Amino acid sequence: MRWRKSKARILGFIVLLPSFLLLGIFVYYFIGRTVWWSFTDWGQNPEQALAAKPVLQFVGLANYRGLFTGIVDSRFRQDLVSTIFFTVFFIAGCLVLGLLLAVLLDHKPRGEGVFRTVFLFPFSLSFVVTGTIWRWLLQPKSGINRLPTFLGLPAGKFAWLTSRQQVWRFDWNLLPMILAVAAALVLALVAVASFRAVRARRGWIAAGAAVLLVAWAVLFGRNLKLLEFPEPHGFNLAFVGIIIAAVWQMSGYTMALYLAGLRGISVEMREAAVVDGASEWQLYRRIILPLLAPITLSAMIILGHISLKIFDLVFAMAGPDNTSMDVPALLMYLTTFRGNQFAKGAAIGTILLLLVAIIILPYLVTQLRRGDRS
Amino acid sequence: MKFKRWSVVVLACAALFCAAAVQAQEKLEIFSWWAGDEGPALEALITKYAALYPKVQVINATVTGGSGVNAKAVLATRMLGGDPPDAFQVHAGQELIGQWVAANRMEDLAPLFKSEGWTAKFPAGLISLLSAKGGIWSVPVNIHRSNVMWYLPAKLKEWGVTPPKTWAEFLKTCEVLMSKGVEAPLSLGESWTVQHLWESVALGVLGPDNWAALWKGTLKFTDPKAVAVWDMFGKVLAYTNADASGLSWQQATDRLVSGDSAFNIMGDWAAGYMATTLRLIPGEDFGWAPAPSTSGVFMMLSDSFGLPKGIKNRTPALNWLKLLGSKEGQDIFNPLKGSIAARVDSDMSKYNAYSQSAAKDWKANKIAGSLVHGAVAPQRFLNDFGTIMSVYQTTNSSKAAASAAQAIADQVRLGLY
Repeated sequence: MRWRKSKARILGFIVLLPSFLLLGIFVYYFIGRTVWWSFTDWGQNPEQALAAKPVLQFVGLANYRGLFTGIVDSRFRQDLVSTIFFTVFFIAGCLVLGLLLAVLLDHKPRGEGVFRTVFLFPFSLSFVVTGTIWRWLLQPKSGINRLPTFLGLPAGKFAWLTSRQQVWRFDWNLLPMILAVAAALVLALVAVASFRAVRARRGWIAAGAAVLLVAWAVLFGRNLKLLEFPEPHGFNLAFVGIIIAAVWQMSGYTMALYLAGLRGISVEMREAAVVDGASEWQLYRRIILPLLAPITLSAMIILGHISLKIFDLVFAMAGPDNTSMDVPALLMYLTTFRGNQFAKGAAIGTILLLLVAIIILPYLVTQLRRGDRS
Repeated sequence: MKFKRWSVVVLACAALFCAAAVQAQEKLEIFSWWAGDEGPALEALITKYAALYPKVQVINATVTGGSGVNAKAVLATRMLGGDPPDAFQVHAGQELIGQWVAANRMEDLAPLFKSEGWTAKFPAGLISLLSAKGGIWSVPVNIHRSNVMWYLPAKLKEWGVTPPKTWAEFLKTCEVLMSKGVEAPLSLGESWTVQHLWESVALGVLGPDNWAALWKGTLKFTDPKAVAVWDMFGKVLAYTNADASGLSWQQATDRLVSGDSAFNIMGDWAAGYMATTLRLIPGEDFGWAPAPSTSGVFMMLSDSFGLPKGIKNRTPALNWLKLLGSKEGQDIFNPLKGSIAARVDSDMSKYNAYSQSAAKDWKANKIAGSLVHGAVAPQRFLNDFGTIMSVYQTTNSSKAAASAAQAIADQVRLGLY
């Protein structure tokens, strides 16, 4: 009996081994190599950059320091800011539009199948195709700016992708303070939630940490200078066009996720709510939306990692050097393969990995815990 | 019976392997980003090569797209992986020297230049751009000119203006044109064409000697003379179209042809576009002049091929280089590509009106190298030049742009080679 059990175990191990090996080499080993390269000076010295056997020197965090505080890397900092704004608007747009479409389709209108296909269709296109189409549509002189003229109105004036306007500007030197205040806000929310759930100890710890962070931000964060000069960064209005294109492509997919969730809510529950006298609004607000929360979370994670890593859509819409429409992934490609700055490219890649990890890891952890419990 | 059939299969396989092995000795892999309009010119050269060396199997390894961005990424991967192609396309000058010669990956071609007698056939200014560390590093196939200003003579006549000779004159002319209702007298396209305009402004403001000194590192970007370039550049930008960043260079030329703009500064591939694609007659329908303040200077860029170290097929590769540098090879390639020969002794009857005029200037003018097209600065500096541009366009400060440029120049060690 025992022998049989261990035999099954060995067999299982042998079956899993190839995928362990492949994953280990082609995913984790290469992640490790990239992180290692980001700590070297590969690319700094032209004699070594492309040598047959480059001699690399360990420089610690110098590449990261350069990216966040060096005079020549202002493009990276703007890209980081752009990508955060893009992620927020892209996720919000997809969730709102996807939910709206799903709710409309949930009422089973005539021709529901047709509508569902129509809304899902953009998802089947490649980002490059989407990007090219929208690049043409958003030409300021010939694209959708001309739509109002069909109604006899003056043509639109917004420059779309060619706009150089920037709004919501802030000085990069304020970044530590902004981050501290943002973290304090999150902690304050956690504290409130904990008090409500009658977990006072956790609440006090969170509240205390929030107060400490705010105190640090006010006392020290203000005087911390990342750069020797003010460097304004903000939201480039040229990104509005990219956000529209991305939402157009992905909101159908979000709709499909929500629709599946809506169909999973039992009719009995809805009828029970209606019998209890819930209005349509209350039905959605109190019953359906809370039940859709896990779907919103998965959608946010899927959309979030797409938007942080986005490359092809921006490359198709903006081209390589359009700095007001630039994202870290594009900069990483150019830095590495056009500028031959392999270490700096690896550093950008590592930062992207960390950003995606921030989104995905909590999700994975909760999933694993749930799996253990069941 | 069964055994016999097997042996036949085995024998056949062995024969195939032998054939492959024999062929493997006689191969030539040519790596380039010449496709589309430029493909036929490369094909013509390959056909000629095949006629001269029928035993060699030529592999045309073209990586298309993005003005060589993708090709350069593939090339870097192959070179780092120890699998260099036998011959690869690269812009003559620092794009080759700053990365591949610096990393000791190329063979010195000075002996080839000597044995083929090329040192007297190419202009001295070009040879000096190809030279570094005591050697000559690539064979230039073609020459394009960067500092050309295009216009339509009929339109200029209608507006009552003449092509300006200096940048100061250019600003005045643009004022006149604006008063006549031309909204954007100078047409401009996406980001690299803005950099292309910058290099013509810089050459005009600095003059050829200071331009060369800038790239040798002896003239600082923060020098008042170099800061003045940004001042003039800002004034010129004020006369350009607002939707520039959404237009390709062809669409920028279209603005000129349709009469929305009066001038366009672009390399002389624009002549090919207007003459071949738009069917305009050079010299009659469209005209050209050196970019303002740059007459007598030929800002050149050139595609070239070098000899990587450690390749499998050295002799076929050397023969390929010999064909590229020969008078015959250059006169096969260039009329099709729309460029002129790098040699000064080519047969001018094979070229169109624009090319003939460019070839005349090529022999008589002072030669300067292009920044945007890889002649004077290494790839890494050019890669960061977009950052400098955006610093200038967001801050509107010449000093900020100049100090960013100097910071990058210091990091790159500009003028080291």
